[in-house]
This record gives sequence, structure tokens and C-alpha cells, in this order.
Amino acid sequence: MREFKGRVIAKGTATAEAVVSHEGLNTLASFQKALQFGDKTATCGDQNNKDLFGKQMAGKALCLPQTIGSTTGGLVLYCACSMGRQPACMLFSKPIDSLAAAGAVLADVWLDNISMPVIDTLGDEFLNYVKDGMKITVKEDGTVVVD
Amino acid sequence: MQLTNEQQAILNGEQGDVLAKVMETLIKYGEVFGAEKMVPVTGKHNHLVTSFGLKALGPVYDLMDKLIESGNVSKQTFSVDPRPLDKKVPANFLQNFIFNNFMYSRQDFYEKQLSKLGLMEKDAFTCTCYMDEVGNRPKKGDVLSWAESSAVVFANSVLGARCNRNSGIMDIMGSVLGYVPYFGLLTDEGRKATWIIEIKTTKKPEAQLLGSAIGMKVMEDVPYIVGLDKWLGTELDDATCTYLKDFGAATASNGAVGLYHIENLTPEAVESGKDIIAENAKTYVIDDAELERVYKNYPIMWKDQNAKPKLCFMGCPHMSLEQLKSWTDKVEEGLKASGNKKVVIPTVFTAAPGVLEEFEKTPYAARLKATGVITSYICPLMYMNNPLSGKMPVITSSNKLRTYTTARYYTDDEILVQITKGGK
Repeated sequence: MREFKGRVIAKGTATAEAVVSHEGLNTLASFQKALQFGDKTATCGDQNNKDLFGKQMAGKALCLPQTIGSTTGGLVLYCACSMGRQPACMLFSKPIDSLAAAGAVLADVWLDNISMPVIDTLGDEFLNYVKDGMKITVKEDGTVVVD
Repeated sequence: MQLTNEQQAILNGEQGDVLAKVMETLIKYGEVFGAEKMVPVTGKHNHLVTSFGLKALGPVYDLMDKLIESGNVSKQTFSVDPRPLDKKVPANFLQNFIFNNFMYSRQDFYEKQLSKLGLMEKDAFTCTCYMDEVGNRPKKGDVLSWAESSAVVFANSVLGARCNRNSGIMDIMGSVLGYVPYFGLLTDEGRKATWIIEIKTTKKPEAQLLGSAIGMKVMEDVPYIVGLDKWLGTELDDATCTYLKDFGAATASNGAVGLYHIENLTPEAVESGKDIIAENAKTYVIDDAELERVYKNYPIMWKDQNAKPKLCFMGCPHMSLEQLKSWTDKVEEGLKASGNKKVVIPTVFTAAPGVLEEFEKTPYAARLKATGVITSYICPLMYMNNPLSGKMPVITSSNKLRTYTTARYYTDDEILVQITKGGK
């Protein structure tokens, strides 16, 4: 078990299984198919992402360096939250990018009863350590426990 | 965040709950990046990235309704990214069925929302809003609330405006409120270059390749490019602006560049010279071999790598008038050399409606039509972004289209051979 401490971008607690992307998450490419065709598990549709393609993202602890791709990224994430297909939490090793930050803030301000804690700056060591299937616990203060 | 009395009153709900939420959104967004104040949006027009009535984005349209119903429309009129559909672009029956009935079934509804929110005019749909023919060209120093990445990098770098790489929705929130958080590329400090790029090629580098190489290296940082003025000159004329449009889009899509400086060419580099470079800036040297290495490393996403291309897209970002004219000459010359009368691959040149209108007034339009090339205002990305089109062997010289879709990249010269003579 290891603990990592990051900065809280969106408050909350979560316990979920990790899915890990070592490369940037292309939000539009990853979520579009799931949002378009009613896939409640939000299977990652980004063929360029070798780590995540074909894996479930909804309800998982999504561990990643940052998001990349189209500047529609923030609103796509907002839609995923609104439709209940968001990850249980998003855990960034690097400082959060403006697109993911927009998605997290939009969901936080405009949606009721949606919980998706977002923590950033967890460090490269976090992303090196965490593996798919590990149990992740996110605490209010930005502590992330990896079992 | 230090707010003015007026801003605090808005946050307190004195102008209604919805505007208070818009303020809260932009404050929280800014605080993530250390913003200490909100500054007025000073550009005459806004530009929005979300142009498509995609069925999957229902929650976005609900949010837009909240803004419209509460009377919180944009304080500036705005242009929007290109439309996702155009009947002129070849599509089979199944593609048309999916486009119209599943993917973009809310297009008409969303365009009505855009009209109510402040669309400049009914055809203000393009990613190159800054072109004269479109009329949304910010001035140096204007503070913007744009989101389209290729437009943001052009406005910052070539026009000297100030804009962060915002997400969709954040763009309209800024113009509804009239303020944006002050951080990043809005600040003098954030506009300093943290990379020096030395161009040592033996010929003018391909804009789309050079931008790709720089984007992948510097990611979201600001590069200061030395040695490119040797190839581009020191004037921001039409041809150079066209080059910088394509170069910038590649830096923004292959990386996340929001601003670049080119020595002796772009406004802030001309004004400040090397003083705009931050201490301890890193260096990246680009020569012919480096560009070749970058090109060779692009993955080819086609199932059959030897498939005959079924479509060629040019114009992501949309082509300029200068580009449409010069490509008319090139296509004619290519066809003459190959002995063909028309292009051998269905080819679509995309441009802003305003640019296409001007192009139609020139003799070039009839000449291009005679070559078989189709002109359209469509967004090639939106056309490609579905499973059916994704399986099509499409070629392009757009590095942005290559990055986000399965389209295969070729240089401009290679594309010309492909469409006028045929593939290898």
C-alpha cells in the first residue's frame, strides 16, 4: 500500500478500481462513442490509446498524466458526468490541463448530485506505481491511497 | 481571487442565479491556474468551438437553454467552428443516414440556440474566423474568450491578441459574463518563451510537419523560433499568414501550443526580440533529418495500409483565399503533367463560407471546378469522427486531421501527386 498527496481540484471521496493511462487521455476520442451510442460503462473508444482502448472508464479511478486533444474536451467530460458515465474519480500525475479543469469545474458548479473527485499533481511516481485493478481510495484532503 | 464590487455583486446573485453560476464557474476555473483577478473581454467578437448538434451532447444544449431562458446571452456576437454536414461532400447512403439521424440530429436545434445566443450571421461557421472575408479578426492586445485551438494559437501568435486555450462552454461563459480569469497566456509572464527552436533545414520546412515536430516537443510551452524568417521573410503577407495558420494548427494539435514567437516576424518577437525568452529556456534544433524522423514515426491507422484512397481532404483548418488560388494552379499543372483531365481521387477543399463566396467571384473557381475538386464549408474532423468514416482510407496534408482521425498524412507535394496522378 502507498499513499500519494495531490491538490484537490474537485472535492469528494471515492473508492474504486484503477484504470491507468500512461499517455494523455484524448477526452473526445475516448468518450464520444460511449456518449453517442448509450454505453453506460463508457468503454474507451480511442484507438490511439494503447492503455485504455476498450476498457471501462465509468465508475473507475481514472489515473492519467493529463488530457489532450480537441478543446471540446471539457464539455465532453461535463456531458459524461451529466449522463452518469463519468469515472469515480480522476487522478492526474501532472498539474491539470485547462480542458480537464473546465470539465471538472463545469460538473461541480452546474450539476447536482454528481460526485467526481479530481486530484492533480500526484507526481510521476504515482503513475509509475499504480496499475489496472488496484484499489484506490481518495480522501477529502487530496490523499490517494493505492492498495 | 480579488473581485471588483461589480463582480462580487454578480457572484452574490444580484443579476440572477444563472449569471452568478457563470461567475462561479470562471472563478473556480481561474483559481485552478492561480488567477488573482478577472479581466474584461475586450475583443469585438467571440469565437466558439462547439458547432455541431451532436446527439451525444444533450447536456450542453440544456445548459445553453438555461443561459437563453435567463436572458444571459453573449455580450459579443460570435463566429463558430465549421458545420459538420454538407451535401456536396461525398458520403454513402449509410453515412448520410447515420450523420442525419444519429450523430448530428440536433444540428438545426443547436443552430437556433446559437442564433439566440449571438451568432454573428447565419453562415459564420468556420475555424478560420480571423480571415478578412469572415470578419472576426482581433486586434493586438485584445483579450479573448475563444476555445478553438487553431484559432487561439493564430490570434495569440500572429495577431498579438491574448487568449488562453479554453475548453468549449468556457468560451461562451466568458462572453456571457464579459470577464475571463487572468492567467497563463493573458499575462506578460505567461507569454515568455521557454523553448528556443533553431531551424537548420536546407529548404523551406513543410508548415504542417514543422508545427507537428515543435508541438510534440514543447507540448503546452511557448517556443521562440529562430531561423524561420530566412524562409518566410519578415512580412505577414497572405502567403505567410496561410503558412502560419497551418503551422500553428499543427503545434496546437500535435502538442498543446497556444502561442509561438517567430524571430523578426510575429508581432511580439519583432517588438521584444530575444527579451521575450525566459531564463533557462531549453533548445531544440530542427534539421531535415529531424523532420524526416517525425514524419516516418506517424502511425498509419488504416486497416489495409495499401488501400487506394477514397477521399482527400484539404483544409483543416479551413483554406485561405490565397491557398485556394495557388492550389488551383497546382492541381491544373499536376493534371497537365499526368495527362489526366480530372483528379483521380475524390477531393474536397474546405474553406469558410465567406472565403468560398469571394473565391467564387474569381476566375479560379471555374478552373478548380473543371479539375473535379469539390469546395465545401464542412469540418473534415466532424465528417471523419464516426466509425463508418473512420474505416475509410482518407488522405490529407492536415496534421490536425491526422492527429484526431484515421486520415493518413502526406506532404502537400505528395498529396498533389496522389490526387492528380494516383498513388504509388
